[in-house]
Amino acid sequence: MDQLLNDFSPGLFFMQAIILLILILLMRKFAWKPILDSLNDREAGIQDALDAADKARKELQNLRSDNERIFNEARTERDNMLKEARELKESMINDAKAEAQAEAEKIVAKAQETIASEKKAAIADLKSQVAGLSVEIAEKVVRKELTSKENQMELVESMLGDVTLN
Amino acid sequence: MKVFHKTLKYSVVLLLTLSSSIAFAGGGGDNHDKKGNPIDTKEEINAYIKHHLQDSHDFTFYTNGETGTHYGFPLPVILWDEGLKMFMSSKFHHGETVAEADGNYYKLYHGKIYRTDAEGTINYDEHHHPTNVKPLDFSITKSVVGMLLAGLLMILGFSALARGYKKGPIPTGFSRVLEPLVIYVRDEIARPNIGEKKYRKFMSFLLTVFFFIWIANLLGLTPLGFNITGQIAVTVCLALFTAVIYLTNGSKDFWAHTLWMPGVPVILRPILAIIELVGFVLIKPFSLLVRLFANITAGHFVVMSLIALMITMKDAFGAVGSTGMSLVLSLFITLIELLVAFLQAFIFTMLSSLFIGMAVEEHDHH
Repeated sequence: MDQLLNDFSPGLFFMQAIILLILILLMRKFAWKPILDSLNDREAGIQDALDAADKARKELQNLRSDNERIFNEARTERDNMLKEARELKESMINDAKAEAQAEAEKIVAKAQETIASEKKAAIADLKSQVAGLSVEIAEKVVRKELTSKENQMELVESMLGDVTLN
Repeated sequence: MKVFHKTLKYSVVLLLTLSSSIAFAGGGGDNHDKKGNPIDTKEEINAYIKHHLQDSHDFTFYTNGETGTHYGFPLPVILWDEGLKMFMSSKFHHGETVAEADGNYYKLYHGKIYRTDAEGTINYDEHHHPTNVKPLDFSITKSVVGMLLAGLLMILGFSALARGYKKGPIPTGFSRVLEPLVIYVRDEIARPNIGEKKYRKFMSFLLTVFFFIWIANLLGLTPLGFNITGQIAVTVCLALFTAVIYLTNGSKDFWAHTLWMPGVPVILRPILAIIELVGFVLIKPFSLLVRLFANITAGHFVVMSLIALMITMKDAFGAVGSTGMSLVLSLFITLIELLVAFLQAFIFTMLSSLFIGMAVEEHDHH
């Protein structure tokens, strides 16, 4: 301890204090401040770059998922449209079929109606002709009867033959 | 080519170690009475090592023991003794003569300057300590030269690094080695100990101290023979800087905890306050300064003792044996000292930032 105290030189202590103080100030001005600032800047730059890359990656991911979503939407829409079209087609065919059926039925019914009315008219006509013939025959018969019996018979037979020919 | 470079590097390291050994073996007669003899006894070696561990007023590379001539250069002596006195240390002639400056006479005795009379008489007390007046000695001693050299190296190296950032974000050349060290101090020492919010303010001090101690320690391992961080005045100054910084930057919480510890019985509080105050004002700086001083001094002592083995063991193992043993051992210890040089800088900075961290910490509980 005595040796240590004896070795302690106040002058050297003073010189060291001055040199250290000046050194700290000089180094702060010319070295540490610019170095630490540059290091901080560089680290901040690296951090920013990393953040930006991360952000870009996220954006790309978003974009990709967006694309996928839009694609899926388009596909389902297309599917829907196809389905609708198919349904429309089917319904149109069905409608057309039903309409055609109904029309055909109508036509058939009309035709049948016409046939029926024609038939009726024909029957009525036939009836009236038969009646007219009958009357004529009856007249002629009546007239022949007035002449001779043979004549009358002859007449009737010829008439009948006419009728069958008719 | 690469192998060649490697061998070259190793041979340089070897050469450095060897040259310091040679300087040692040849060196001697440093203001000793029996001039003309090389240093060859244990007592002389011990004295030589002790002399080396002390600061010196001139820069001696090599001393010829036979003739007593010193090869080196003198350094300026600056004294404050009722006025500023400046002269070159060559006036002392390595302690052999009295230096005269403005009518006062000074003599170098065991590395210290004393005011004497014209004959250079030194009076001793009963413990064989000189009683002469010691003027305040602001000389540019060997350690001061070392400090200036360390400072110069730091300014050159790191201002180059700082300038490098103007050209691009990635440093080139030697700056590439320095940058990770700065980042290391920031991220491994300052940030975890002081805290993310406040560490910036103390970075200048911590970085300067870290690199100063490290470079000073490394300079001490060169054959130039610096022993900067082995000077108690230097480590006292470094530790005092740390103490002043953490005591002046103490937060309100820190002082509240130190002076009036909450959560303990009131009777104990003044006792705790004394303990804490002594801890922060005396014990912590003292541990800092003693650790650095003792480690570096011990390192120098061990390296030099091992180099001296080649002289002390010459009788037992022969010249070749003792030289080989000394070479292997001192090389090994020098490698360890390289590690210690970094380690002590690291520990000093680490503990400084730890103490600063304790002082600036703010507690948000209670």
